[in-house]
Amino acid sequence: MKIKISNGRVIDPANASDSVQDLFVADGKIAAIGQVPADFTPERTIDAHGLIVCPGLIDLAARLREPGFEYRATLESEMDAAMAGGVTSLAIPPDTDPPLDEPGLVEMLCHRAKKLNRAHVYPVGALTIGLKGERLSEMAELVDSGCVAFSQSNVPVVDNAVLMRALQYAATFDFRVWLQPLAPFLSRGGFAHDGEVASRLGLPGIPTAAETVALYTYLQLAKVTGARLHITRLSSAEGLGLIEQARSEGMDITCDVSINHLHLCDRDIGYFDANCHLVPPLRSERDRDALRRGLIDGRINALCSDHTPVDDDGKLAPFSESEPGATGLELLLPLTLKWARESGLELVQALARVTSDPARIVGIRKAGHLAPGARADLCLFDPEEVHRISRTGLRSQGKNTPFLGLEMPGRVRYTLVEGQVMFGDSVQ
Amino acid sequence: MNLTDAESLCAALIEQMRPHVTPDTALVGIHTGGVWLAERLHRALGLSVPPGAIDVSWYRDDYGSKGLPGKARKTEIPFHVEGANIIIVDDVLYTGRTTRAAINELFDFGRPARVDLAVLVDRGGRELPIAPRYCACTLPTPLPPSQRLELECGADGKLSLRQIDA
Amino acid sequence: MRNPQLDKNGGLQHLLTLDGLPREILVEILDNAAPFTEVAEREVKKLPLLRGKSIFNLFFENSTRTRTTFEIAAKRLSADVVNLNVSTSSTAKGESLLDTIDNLCAMQADMFVVRHAASGAPFLIARHLYEQGRDDIHVINAGDGRHAHPTQGLLDMYTIRHYKGDFTKLSVAIVGDVLHSRVARSQICALVTLGVPEIRVIGPKTLLPTEIEKMGVRVFHDMREGLRDVDVIMMLRLQNERMNGALLPTPQEFYKVWGLTGEKLEYARPDAIVMHPGPMNRGVEIDSAVADGAQAVILPQVTFGIAVRMAVMSMLAS
Repeated sequence: MKIKISNGRVIDPANASDSVQDLFVADGKIAAIGQVPADFTPERTIDAHGLIVCPGLIDLAARLREPGFEYRATLESEMDAAMAGGVTSLAIPPDTDPPLDEPGLVEMLCHRAKKLNRAHVYPVGALTIGLKGERLSEMAELVDSGCVAFSQSNVPVVDNAVLMRALQYAATFDFRVWLQPLAPFLSRGGFAHDGEVASRLGLPGIPTAAETVALYTYLQLAKVTGARLHITRLSSAEGLGLIEQARSEGMDITCDVSINHLHLCDRDIGYFDANCHLVPPLRSERDRDALRRGLIDGRINALCSDHTPVDDDGKLAPFSESEPGATGLELLLPLTLKWARESGLELVQALARVTSDPARIVGIRKAGHLAPGARADLCLFDPEEVHRISRTGLRSQGKNTPFLGLEMPGRVRYTLVEGQVMFGDSVQ
Repeated sequence: MNLTDAESLCAALIEQMRPHVTPDTALVGIHTGGVWLAERLHRALGLSVPPGAIDVSWYRDDYGSKGLPGKARKTEIPFHVEGANIIIVDDVLYTGRTTRAAINELFDFGRPARVDLAVLVDRGGRELPIAPRYCACTLPTPLPPSQRLELECGADGKLSLRQIDA
Repeated sequence: MRNPQLDKNGGLQHLLTLDGLPREILVEILDNAAPFTEVAEREVKKLPLLRGKSIFNLFFENSTRTRTTFEIAAKRLSADVVNLNVSTSSTAKGESLLDTIDNLCAMQADMFVVRHAASGAPFLIARHLYEQGRDDIHVINAGDGRHAHPTQGLLDMYTIRHYKGDFTKLSVAIVGDVLHSRVARSQICALVTLGVPEIRVIGPKTLLPTEIEKMGVRVFHDMREGLRDVDVIMMLRLQNERMNGALLPTPQEFYKVWGLTGEKLEYARPDAIVMHPGPMNRGVEIDSAVADGAQAVILPQVTFGIAVRMAVMSMLAS
């Protein structure tokens, strides 16, 4: 299928280019930008006038809830959400039930995803069997099955000796390890950032030290083992400070932040809004502002949705008894645009944090940019159209997000995966 | 009789009651006008039992729609209700609902031997089977519901009745 | 954001917390409570205010004492009271909190008195009732987790007003386990609202919440320093399970450092009153001689508590 996308504002963050151009797609790949390739007769032309054409978004954390939590969401429903959100590549955390600790499970997931033929999935394997932090998983086998990295999701390894061995083993193969900084005992029994809001609401707190203590440990262990470390879901200014310090000592380390922590802080819990029950907890306004600055200047490398569909029963409970997490796939683009607008950031810079930058972290070479020959994973959106986030508007089976009811900029018009229109007026 | 001349109505009421009261007759005024009146009657009739005061707000049948008053005043019954001869005193008798509430409240303090009712003015418009034993003035035609009639007490302690277009 | 405990006219729809409750409403509750105190002296200790109303005491966490005070208050107002120990009934069978509420709504409940171990649980119920359009049903928070215990806070304010009158000249100390105390949080919010110029909290760092000073209090760790010249001492209960472990070494050491003894009491003003929400741990947070002494107003607190709860219930029902 040859497609001509005409007159769109083509933004390719990887090449820092931003101009109104025609874009040509052939055989599932980007054929050219600007100049019509020889012998190119489009079978379909998409008028992208007024739209932005950018690489399909790459999300570093999207829980599809399969296997194990199909009552909360299914691959089908969440793939729909990804398409509606312009997200074409998903890194899948291993916290399924059972966790992604076995090659067979990973193969099954990849197989199911491939059959659905929508977003590409990049499973992140469990670092330890059952995420229990005791025995190492078969990392080499898991990579053969399709895993791109290893992680404990938000179940920290308690025993640092095991963590050190796991990092050593991963470093043997130069596998990437993604760790969420969460010290097990310091975060146990807590539900909100240990600060003024939690104190006032009487919610048991999780101190910032739960992040910094874990982070410091991870950094030291990465240093001695030589493991390639990516830090997930940063939540505090202090945490970011530790990463900067490690970098100044020459460590090569990346990190990401979620859309929730980029836009919200503990005050947003209001009167015990369970949609703000998240892991890590929403921290103070000062922390949020530091994270926003960090993402602007690239000290934080990527923005992710941390998509976690939770069913209503999971949220209709007192704050501390509710399930943590929020839906996010369909909010990743709008909240990127909102952040860019509020920060006065050029779109080409902002979109890098959800396209080319996460591509580097996952190790995706064929997507996340628009060079000829790249996979034609594209997102076409109207940056001006404002829409309200509503339960009925969301395609994800998870309807819970702190952003419900808010107006958001940016409406996805078309999503293309390998040159096929998977979302847009013709397939709706 | 001049309706606004509360002082002469009061004098008439005292004369009506005098033959029937004994030193152990107890008076209970209904807040607010009834309390002033009860104090006056108590002095004039030379009664020995101190007069009580009752606030019927908690016993009103329209509590559900009207709610608590801004500041509930205290009900104070400084004598034993059990076996007492009591005269409930109010300034104006209208629907009878206030009297009903006062009787109910009184019974929560004990079982009186006898309860009578004394009022300055009966303005008509009764909605309950209640009649005063002592009454200084019965209006020949009932006041329309749009009119309010209230006892006032001046700084000099003089009583007067005020008719208000509600 | 909609304040969930006020109706659209700014009146009291639920009593969930004293945090953010307008001063006028707080004072109105105290004013309304005053005449209720004398009902206990009547032959018939009953008022017909809530006749025919059904009040459900929903205790997801056991507390015979608190439940009883609400029950007495409701019965003195002639309400029909149903006690449900939900901790032992439906939730054990897997029914969710809101399922329980829906069931009781179907039984024509007029008011829920809710005690729950999780902070914010009564807010969840109030929000659910709002979404169901049931603004005819009222919720009273009888203690939620560490968050709030508004009727206790109110009865404490009533007690202080009774003995001390003007709030705006007082110095008040709250002593002990503030971290886990819903009572302390409600007391602090009410004292701030009523304009108390000096509010102190005294305790070890392990039992004081992070950034508690942002609620408008001064933090002390030394009892003698903290009690100096205060007019009111509000002791908090130390839960048994917190006495040994990572928060405190032993109850003996706690008593030695923060227990209220006659000697420490002398640092307060000579006419200072001593309060405690009960039940007391004698010899842990308070010495018996002080608890039973002339300055203690602990039993009057209990009596006032019933009047305050009667005032809250009758205001909500009207």
